[in-house]
Amino acid sequence: MKTLEEIKAAIEAARPGAGVEIVTNPSVSGQHSLRLAPGCAVDVARFLRDELFFDFLSNVTGVDWPDKEIAEKVKVTRQVTKTVDGVESTVEETVEETRKRLAPGYLEVVYHLFSMALKQGPIVFRMRTVNRTDQTELPSLTHVWRSAEFQEREIWDLYGVVFTGHPDLRRLLMWEGFKDHPMRRDYVDPDDFEYEPTAHDAVLKRAQAHRAAQEAGAVGQEGTGAAR
Amino acid sequence: MSDYKVDYQFDAAIGAGKQEGWNRPPVIEPDGEGELLEVAMGPHHPSTHGVFRMDVALDGERVIRLKPVFGYLHRNHEKLAEGMSYLASMPFTDRLDYICSLTNNWAYALAVEKLTGQEVPERAEYLRVILAELTRVVNHTSAIGFLIQEMGASGTPLMYAFREREKILDLFEALTGARMMCNYMRFGGCRVDASAAWLGATRKVVTGLPGFVDEFEQLLRTNEILMARTQGVGILLPDLAVNAGVTGPLLRASGVNYDIRKVDSYGIYNRFKFRVPLGDHWDVYDRFMVRLLELRESIGILEQALKEIPGGPVMDAKAKIRGFRPKPGEAYGRIEAPKGELGFYLISDGGPNPYRYRVRPPSLINLTILEDMCLGQNVADVVLIFGSVDIVLGEVDR
Repeated sequence: MKTLEEIKAAIEAARPGAGVEIVTNPSVSGQHSLRLAPGCAVDVARFLRDELFFDFLSNVTGVDWPDKEIAEKVKVTRQVTKTVDGVESTVEETVEETRKRLAPGYLEVVYHLFSMALKQGPIVFRMRTVNRTDQTELPSLTHVWRSAEFQEREIWDLYGVVFTGHPDLRRLLMWEGFKDHPMRRDYVDPDDFEYEPTAHDAVLKRAQAHRAAQEAGAVGQEGTGAAR
Repeated sequence: MSDYKVDYQFDAAIGAGKQEGWNRPPVIEPDGEGELLEVAMGPHHPSTHGVFRMDVALDGERVIRLKPVFGYLHRNHEKLAEGMSYLASMPFTDRLDYICSLTNNWAYALAVEKLTGQEVPERAEYLRVILAELTRVVNHTSAIGFLIQEMGASGTPLMYAFREREKILDLFEALTGARMMCNYMRFGGCRVDASAAWLGATRKVVTGLPGFVDEFEQLLRTNEILMARTQGVGILLPDLAVNAGVTGPLLRASGVNYDIRKVDSYGIYNRFKFRVPLGDHWDVYDRFMVRLLELRESIGILEQALKEIPGGPVMDAKAKIRGFRPKPGEAYGRIEAPKGELGFYLISDGGPNPYRYRVRPPSLINLTILEDMCLGQNVADVVLIFGSVDIVLGEVDR
């Protein structure tokens, strides 16, 4: 079996400018992956299937990575004016500072690929959307591997990734007319389910609030989900 | 049917040189005049094995369009699992494919063991193989029983299958405490040890199985109605099957030699001698013959495992099964479940819960080509073709 580096080299040789990166997996499983640029993903996928014989796309997974605040310790060197023994001098001083940085969130789709012909695998590759609000398009690989058809529909349904070129991109598990994407980390349950008849403690409070809101006509229609 | 001979040529499966759209369902033109009849088969149709709907458009008896509709049993199993510890979602895996809870346990345990690097003691590996193969026997006998039931032989043949299934479920109950929701495997082993009496009882059941399979095979091989209804129906070409991610007996009935027990030899499967039955007509009949032949191979594995099972612990005493935090990373573990490739994909962010928990459901993915197999066939055959895919809705909808 070819190593991931060899596969990366093969892709780059055959499709120059494909923009493939190796993502290392620190876990003991040792399943490292390739990150593809969405722009040439279909081309690379065809190459993997037709020339490297990875004919079986087993698993397609959506992952949500929300915006994350990262606290970093940065060493900063600055000039400080000091007065030593009555003489004013400028000295360089290194201080450690904690800075906060906002890493923008994105949606990721992970593909597990095997070869039935050569009995090899898995090759893991992944793609990212630009962000998780308005630019969530990724190319559909359904025309390359048919097995992606339902799984991409499921990811659209539960995560909201728009697969361009998918022949039939409808919701798979939730019903038509449902608004939100329930597998996202910031999804809020709609306040629209029946509370248990013998509600107590926290549930009793929610039930009372729910009924009060219902009487006031504030509860929206079923399935409208959280406001985004 | 000449099994074990045909092998799959890899150049047949890949798409190189094929026309664009070769892996899409064909467009069937209605030949009569007048309107198409649109029927919703399900969600409470007795043949759908649960709550599943097929929106079918018919021209007379012929299927022109077929769209499966999912989600009636959806409870977002994956989201539930992401909100609880690794161990806490083990009982929930029982509810995926509720006929084969033990193989679900195994697939999940395997994925977590890949993530954490835990080792499994020898005796536990043998117990896992024994239970998985018993589960396969349960699943395949039920599947064949359902097939005969769905052709109209109401009741009796299915009860033959269920009689045998019940003997095995009794064994499960004696060992794990539950007939179907076994919740038996743990990360790095099994929950409780099997007693010598249990192993004896299992040997007794396994000794009786070949006789039952012979009897059951008579139903398939010699029944003229059954053969007329299933032979040449619902053909699935091997290249499309591979491209559509079909796995399990459905794939092997299309002549593709791919059994994860052989390919990955996870657990200790490389120690057992068994063959991989393949179909050569790629139709509904082949799918059930492949299951029947797999039953025989499973019985062979069971006999070997019950003979060789060593003593020792079933759980590493030092293994941590609760409250552990795998270091950040990801792992994909898969096994050959009775319905196909069952995989679990886990991403850890270093916390006590999985950051991402994904089930690769063989039942759902095997349904991808349901439409292709049914188009142009009679509506009565849809029931059989659907039955030959062998799905459980608990896993399809998750």
